[in-house]
Amino acid sequence: MIFKKTVFSLVLALGLVSANVQAAEHYQIDIKGMHAFISFKVKHLGISWLEGRFNRFKGSFDVDKANPSNNKVTVNIEVASIDSNHAERDKHLRGKRFFDVKKFPKASFVSTSWKDLGDGQSELVGNFTLRGVTKAITLAVSKVGEGKDPWGGYRSGYVGTTTLNLSDYKMKEGHILGAAADEVQMRLSIEGIRQ
Amino acid sequence: MLLHWFMAVGILGLFGLGLYMVELDYYHQWYQAAPNLHRSIGVVIALLLLVRLVWRLVNPMPTGLGKRWEVIIAHWVHRLFYGLIIGIIVSGYLITTADGQSVSVFGLFELPALLDGFENQEDIAGEVHEWLTNTLMVLVALHALAALKHHFVDQDATLRRMIGRKG
Repeated sequence: MIFKKTVFSLVLALGLVSANVQAAEHYQIDIKGMHAFISFKVKHLGISWLEGRFNRFKGSFDVDKANPSNNKVTVNIEVASIDSNHAERDKHLRGKRFFDVKKFPKASFVSTSWKDLGDGQSELVGNFTLRGVTKAITLAVSKVGEGKDPWGGYRSGYVGTTTLNLSDYKMKEGHILGAAADEVQMRLSIEGIRQ
Repeated sequence: MLLHWFMAVGILGLFGLGLYMVELDYYHQWYQAAPNLHRSIGVVIALLLLVRLVWRLVNPMPTGLGKRWEVIIAHWVHRLFYGLIIGIIVSGYLITTADGQSVSVFGLFELPALLDGFENQEDIAGEVHEWLTNTLMVLVALHALAALKHHFVDQDATLRRMIGRKG
């Protein structure tokens, strides 16, 4: 009887532990329905904003509501999918003088820490790799919403923003453009579907 | 004959201008003007080629000088020239128009984008444009060497005919 009880509580305990492990919800970024956008803007001659986006990427994130510091985000971007709505510029951006996509086809972000700042705001730090250069970057993340979708799934969405410096990524053209176009504002607007 | 030299100068000029413009810095004064000029002259070359091909259709071709195999090769080299030039013109047009933008010709008129963009159009067209041009330039060099050979080795009238002198 005692033995039975012990086994029972052991099973219960194991169950709790595994429940704890599974407490993080896993989300895939919705790229099928494409409810996700990775866009950028950079100053043109210091006069106006030039905007564009990356059309092809994929990624996932884990949300641990009990312990947000366990949250994780991974995003992989196909650099050649850059789109600034001007074919000749895009060709130039993919070339050797900018992103050199033949040599460096992928850019990636892998989170290393998530700090909940309360009120739906968080600070996300991770390693960003672009053009073979890996740098730790910080994104200001704000939660947009979550809930059931009408088709039987569960979704949650965030917006993350950060500023990159072209000079960090060894682009010849970035060097030529100089300080006027060094800062690039990035914005990741993503919706994940819970798995 | 006049058409030949206009096109020769135009094509060699475009080759040089093309090499020059892709190396220009963004802040260079010619950064926008050089590609505009390149596109415009390209369209003029296209028109000249059209005139030349029509001319070829309606006028008898001059008989080539030299051995039979030389004449046959000369014919095929000409066809290859036409094919390459057409390919270069089309691929250049496809780079500029890949996102639906038109080609402005000296600011006088615009050639609209006709083809619906295919995936990575500007990149593929760019590679084709470059490789066809490199091939054309090799062929141009051979063509020029052959002309000099006619003049100095065979000492026939081929080159003299091409600069407008009789026999």
